[in-house]
Amino acid sequence: MIEGALWRKWVFFYVPMALFLLFLLFPFYWMVITSVRPDGELYRPWNSINYNPFWTWKPTLDHVRYLFEETLFSRWLWNTTFIALASTAISLVCGVFAGYALSRLSFPFAGSLGTGIFITYLVPQTLLFIPLAEIIRNYRLGDTPWSLILTYPTFLIPFCTWLMMGYFKAVPRELEECARIDGASRWQAMLYIVIPVAIPGILSAGIFAFTLSWNEFIYALVFLSSPEQKTVPVGVTSELIRGDVFFWGPLMAGALLGSIPVAVAYSFFVEHYVSGLTGSVKG
Amino acid sequence: MGQVVLKGINKFYDGVHAVKDVNLQIRDKEFMVFVGPSGCGKTTTLRMIAGLEAISSGDISIDGNVVNQLPPMDRDIAMVFQNYALYPHMSVYDNMAFGLKMRKFGKGEIEKRVRDAADILGIGEMLKRKPRQLSGGQRQRVALGRAIVRHPRVFLFDEPLSNLDAKLRVQMRVELKKLHQRLGTTAIYVTHDQVEAMTLGDRVVVMRDGVVQQVGEPLELYHSPANKFVAGFIGSPAMNFVRVTVTEASGSLIAENSGLRIKLPVETAQRLRGHIGREITLGVRPEDLTVASSADVDNPCFDAVAEVVEQLGSEILLDMKVGDGVMVASIEPTVRVKVHDKLRIAMRSSRLHVFDAKTEAAI
Repeated sequence: MIEGALWRKWVFFYVPMALFLLFLLFPFYWMVITSVRPDGELYRPWNSINYNPFWTWKPTLDHVRYLFEETLFSRWLWNTTFIALASTAISLVCGVFAGYALSRLSFPFAGSLGTGIFITYLVPQTLLFIPLAEIIRNYRLGDTPWSLILTYPTFLIPFCTWLMMGYFKAVPRELEECARIDGASRWQAMLYIVIPVAIPGILSAGIFAFTLSWNEFIYALVFLSSPEQKTVPVGVTSELIRGDVFFWGPLMAGALLGSIPVAVAYSFFVEHYVSGLTGSVKG
Repeated sequence: MGQVVLKGINKFYDGVHAVKDVNLQIRDKEFMVFVGPSGCGKTTTLRMIAGLEAISSGDISIDGNVVNQLPPMDRDIAMVFQNYALYPHMSVYDNMAFGLKMRKFGKGEIEKRVRDAADILGIGEMLKRKPRQLSGGQRQRVALGRAIVRHPRVFLFDEPLSNLDAKLRVQMRVELKKLHQRLGTTAIYVTHDQVEAMTLGDRVVVMRDGVVQQVGEPLELYHSPANKFVAGFIGSPAMNFVRVTVTEASGSLIAENSGLRIKLPVETAQRLRGHIGREITLGVRPEDLTVASSADVDNPCFDAVAEVVEQLGSEILLDMKVGDGVMVASIEPTVRVKVHDKLRIAMRSSRLHVFDAKTEAAI
């Protein structure tokens, strides 16, 4: 905290904090306010007398209703949830085991393998989707959820592995050694001791992976074509922008509803998540 | 039973020869302490006995069976780690029960053994708590309890007291000793603290740079150290060493350097007959130096100037300038002495140690 006179607290803490919050939260506010404004207000020219972009006196749920009745939004929500959960699960399982192996087992090239995995994470998706599209086509996975469930791990597994490697390294080696002297095999020591201790790390990796795949855009755009297969980010932008007409109300309503599950996931795990970031492992 | 034998044990780490040809026989029910400065290979040796570290060459056997290839779980040993290594997600009870559960003991037996161990260690009240809710001393007890419940053949301790504060360390040291007397299980204990080694060990192994320097009972190490390193490591404050040249004058041997000239007592002189005209290292413990009085006719004496006077109440530690060198004496607390005082200091002649200047071995 800032020490000293009251004005110092205001100048150096509260005011910058408020500005920062304003900056951070304004897009969300804009999203919320736009999604409940009637069309009449949304498309009012900026120089008209009663132009007021920041507030509405006639909030409406028309856009949400439009979203669910006139588009396949509920279908997109389901698709996104299924794809995000499945790819997160695959990536977590692989990431936890790979991270454990790379940080704990000594085998030739363990170090360079770890670096190699990290480098694959750095390959931009905008480059990778071209060969991946070829593979998806060859295996006839195009336009199915599996095209995403199997491709998202290409960036999620390196991410989870790297995160878990760091986390496992922070778990004292003695814990495992002690378990092995106590009568556990290496496998049991990992299962009963190391993984339970690493749960905050696993949760962090899971939340990140879930968010990444929930919000993923380019693969979903390329690999899925029919409207009923689409995910929220792609569905909303492709179905609610027709030509050069932006359906701002439903678009923002879709964005709002799409961000709620992520927000719930965060707040649900926030306690573990924060402790995962600060590292609560002690010997 | 719990007899551990190390035969020609070597350990190489990435080309570093960390443990060199260690041969040891640890008897059943014995409390054996490995002591030495950090990096001397004592912990590595312990970890090889535990099976946490592969042996580069040699044989380790427990009760006559070679265990080189056995995984830690099959060696019937229990280990206490420096940082306790308590499982943070488990209660104290589960921490202690874990080893028994892994070994498929019955619920009743587990319960009984954990209760017994908890009673011995006085942690019966804390069985439901998590490790993070315990103090350092309590965690140490849980770590001990986890080892005790297993009734293993051998206990291994890897500097278990070094994370505790000084007062608690002394207290736990006494408890460890009591515990060993009560259980009678063979124990191998690693420490860098010579006081722990002296007080706990039935026998002590002094190591340096991966080589065993001397194995013996604590007083044996104290009174007849095998070399200069052991002499300097065991005992606090450390032994004083002076480089001297041995000369002969009128039938007796004289040890002298620029500031010191003492007549060696007969029994020491006999051992040094072959070293006349050569350099040796003379060792004398601070507690074997006194301010000379009229009773010291037979003891070698020398002149010194007091530089620092440390009054400890039970004794005075005197840092003195002797010739070009410095020596420490531990003298009676009643002696009146001030900084820069000129003193006549006497050595107890029967307690003189002499070492070869080159090989550092005791002569």
